[in-house]
Amino acid sequence: MSGVRVLVGTRKGAFVLTSDGKRQSWDINGPHFGGWEIYHVKGSPADPDRLYASQSTGWFGQVIQRSDDGGSTWEAVGNQFQYDGVTGTHQWYDGTPHPWEFARVWHLEPSLTDPDTVLAGVEDAALFRSTDGGQNWRELAGLRGHGSGASWQPGAGGMCLHTILVDPSDADRVFVAISAAGVFRTDDGGEKWRPVNHGLRSEGIPDADAEVGHCVHRLAMHPSRPEVLYMQKHWDVMRSNDAGESWDEISGDLPSDFGFCIDVHAHEPETIYVVPIKSDSEHFPPDGKLRVYRSRTGGNEWEPLTKGLPQSHCYVNVLRDAMAVDSLDSCGVYFGTTGGQVYSSADAGNSWAPIVRDLPAVLSVEVQTLP
Amino acid sequence: MIRVRLPAHLRNLAHVDREVELEVPGQPTQRALIDALEARYPVLQGTLRDPVTQQRRAFVRFFACEEDLSHEPPDAPLPDAVTTGAEPFFVIGAMAGG
Repeated sequence: MSGVRVLVGTRKGAFVLTSDGKRQSWDINGPHFGGWEIYHVKGSPADPDRLYASQSTGWFGQVIQRSDDGGSTWEAVGNQFQYDGVTGTHQWYDGTPHPWEFARVWHLEPSLTDPDTVLAGVEDAALFRSTDGGQNWRELAGLRGHGSGASWQPGAGGMCLHTILVDPSDADRVFVAISAAGVFRTDDGGEKWRPVNHGLRSEGIPDADAEVGHCVHRLAMHPSRPEVLYMQKHWDVMRSNDAGESWDEISGDLPSDFGFCIDVHAHEPETIYVVPIKSDSEHFPPDGKLRVYRSRTGGNEWEPLTKGLPQSHCYVNVLRDAMAVDSLDSCGVYFGTTGGQVYSSADAGNSWAPIVRDLPAVLSVEVQTLP
Repeated sequence: MIRVRLPAHLRNLAHVDREVELEVPGQPTQRALIDALEARYPVLQGTLRDPVTQQRRAFVRFFACEEDLSHEPPDAPLPDAVTTGAEPFFVIGAMAGG
């Protein structure tokens, strides 16, 4: 019988949650790497038993862990993320030049076809690739060096490259998103990059519709239509129908268009999910109600999904990498909160139940659909 | 034989017990000691020192013989009591909450 494996990264370790296809009863395994920040755990689409995890602390730096048995055992692999060539500077919070400094890996994106190939998005923003299972990492320096890097600046969480989307129909086309710089695209496998932010407008930067400087929080793509991208920006939910060449706002009737996460239904490319957050100064849901909003029209028209979610006195946040969908016939949707809850819905969001309630603050949620 | 005591996070990472004993060839210094530690436990590479600059991480401290050696030059000789094994060399995660 098919099942799912939910990979949860938290402030104090990683957890692996497994269930059969009914997704009603769960086994909880963890913490792995207890006490360390686990920004992201993700499995290889080409080999579901191959997992990668980003483990770090401010004290002892970065460790990359790899599992070849679905998360039962782990092995530390390479942790040298050396920027290529002269690193130069980016903008600091006050606008002054600041040298590029590696802090941590935010996101790991395994190849769709090769378990040993994986991309890593890091802070300070850059993209690295390993082709030997995480032992050695090489920067794809054309991104950082394409010309606008000196104007990039950190968001509140740091200057992070947090989203990596590989076009399933063309492995040479990759989208990344950086906070706060925007979206960048390569069409040649990572050598040359260019910003694709036309249509974004952001307060807090001198030129509201600048080519670069936008605080993009998250991108999502449906694999059947890789030219359509969805974005949760700092403020505004956006959509592109042309691989990022232009963007239009689809916030519509959301109670707030601020938020972090966004995802797409596994079988319905026009069905998308966000979790509205009150504002950039109040990182909790409006009115103390934890509501996932779903649009079945590709944006603009949204419905609140509340069944099983707390509708009073709820002041958690849902971070950018903390939502995922499975690909079972009835699409499962998952998200984790800064309060340590991981919620799941086995019916595309109509109803929700917590898998766990009391984990450390959740940084990331990924799900694998298992045969 | 030099005795090294690691903080819990690094003991867990290296799968070691409370104290590590190391042979350090030549004149024992901080640099030589950490080189030997990383050679024995490659998983610790980059956790005490930045892997690129080789500078001590900002939140890592080195104590021995009731002294803070964190800011000693990396090639300064270690205290005799450390090199003889009479006293351990402590690797400490800087005191902080979280």
